[in-house]
Amino acid sequence: MATKVLEVRALKAQYGPTKVLHGMDFGVEDGGITTILGANGAGKTTTLRAVCGMVRTQGEITFAGTRIDGRVTESIVRLGVAHVPDGRGTFVNLSVEENLRLGAHTRRDKTEIAADFERMYGYFPRLKERRRQQAGTLSGGEQQMLAVSRALMLRPRLLLLDEPSFGLAPRIVQELFEIFRVINQTDRVSMLLVEQNAAMALRLADHAYLLETGRVLISGSADELGRDESIRRSYLGY
Amino acid sequence: MDVLLHQILSGLATGGIYASVALALVMIYQATHLVNFAQGELAMFATYIAWSLIQAGVPYWAAFFLTVAIAFALGVVIERVIVQPVEDKPILAVVIVFIALLVILNSLAGWIFTYTIKPFPSPFPTAPLFGNRYVSSHELGSIGITLVVLALIFVFFRFTPLGLAMRAAAQNPVSSRLVGIRVGWMLALGWGLAAAIGAVAGIMVAPTVFLEPNMMSGILLYAFAAALLGGIDSPGGAVLGGFIVGVLENVVGSIIGTELKLTVALVLIVGVLVIRPSGLFGKVHVTRV
Repeated sequence: MATKVLEVRALKAQYGPTKVLHGMDFGVEDGGITTILGANGAGKTTTLRAVCGMVRTQGEITFAGTRIDGRVTESIVRLGVAHVPDGRGTFVNLSVEENLRLGAHTRRDKTEIAADFERMYGYFPRLKERRRQQAGTLSGGEQQMLAVSRALMLRPRLLLLDEPSFGLAPRIVQELFEIFRVINQTDRVSMLLVEQNAAMALRLADHAYLLETGRVLISGSADELGRDESIRRSYLGY
Repeated sequence: MDVLLHQILSGLATGGIYASVALALVMIYQATHLVNFAQGELAMFATYIAWSLIQAGVPYWAAFFLTVAIAFALGVVIERVIVQPVEDKPILAVVIVFIALLVILNSLAGWIFTYTIKPFPSPFPTAPLFGNRYVSSHELGSIGITLVVLALIFVFFRFTPLGLAMRAAAQNPVSSRLVGIRVGWMLALGWGLAAAIGAVAGIMVAPTVFLEPNMMSGILLYAFAAALLGGIDSPGGAVLGGFIVGVLENVVGSIIGTELKLTVALVLIVGVLVIRPSGLFGKVHVTRV
């Protein structure tokens, strides 16, 4: 079996008195794409937040051999975990270019950063056209592209994607998922993808977990889950 | 006409001081959405440090830069030690901490340096520059220094990576953490910068108002008026507001008498809040419901 870049054991999380995750075990293979599927309120977003230290957690989270549970978000990010958050997290008053520059905040390799700017503008030419524009004026799709690019400017080993297809036109979703595949294959960025659009997610991912009210219900290869008629009907809704 | 011109020019000189303090207020406001009531007292305390250094024989400009550095460190320490623990507490708790800070700094200055009014030296010659009749060298010099400070601050925020990170942390702390910015330190740095700007303002105004523990109380009020007039979330607006308030205060003061000068600030504050709460350049906040 391939080594895991992220390994999570008995993960519990809560917001105040409300328990959201009740002991989850999952992992992401190095260079792989794992997807977490589930209905609204199953705890998908919370799982990603837990990995990034944005909620109080119990349990073990190991990233590239280092325990990261209990660490502050900034430190986890600096180890190479980039997060495309729910709601996109755009710096709305800053320009597109400044948003990208912030993505590379922790890096000091100027020439490499300049090359990465060009690479992002290559993936998303729209961002180049609008690079001087205030990011808050971009369309939803453009802001999602910006959020993904900003995360990639970190040169992460692991990319956490929180519903990247949310609110976007199908054509843009296609485009975005194509780019995820390219990034995964050429840059060997591992990904943990949370999605409502199960069909798209299963086509991209190699491994899948089905979440129900804070617990892993079923896990397996993405192919298996996608092929299983009863799972598809009952849980994935397509 | 001569009198009016003189009033306008010296109004610009004090306006520069108001602009600096207003800018310090806006910087803290942008990061925390709170007005730091202790901003003036911090500046006063820093001015006492400068005075002590000069008394101890340190040359003026060395004392000036040393004080700015000490004020910066003091601002950082105050944020880390006193403000940070109450950061996520209700607004009222934080306001009380700010007011406590105001009272503590004020009493501390009185206790250490006594309430006796002290003269403070000006680095500029006593004879007016270029033999002009309108404006003293100190006024001209302090306008110059204010403009240099404002330009430096502008360049720092606009063109340096650290400045960008500080702007980001103020706007969107959550996303800032997700790109690895240490948001807590950015806030502390903001406090340090605000305190440093305040120190320059205090040192520049001390020769005119004389050094005493309450020297900044009136100035803080004018700075509030300036920040509100320009828009409490607009650094450029605060600076322009400072100069407008300075000139207005002087010109109106010369017409209705100096006793009522402070009223100008209060009328402005109330006027802005009633007619245009977002100020001249502030953003009007529209919330989706």
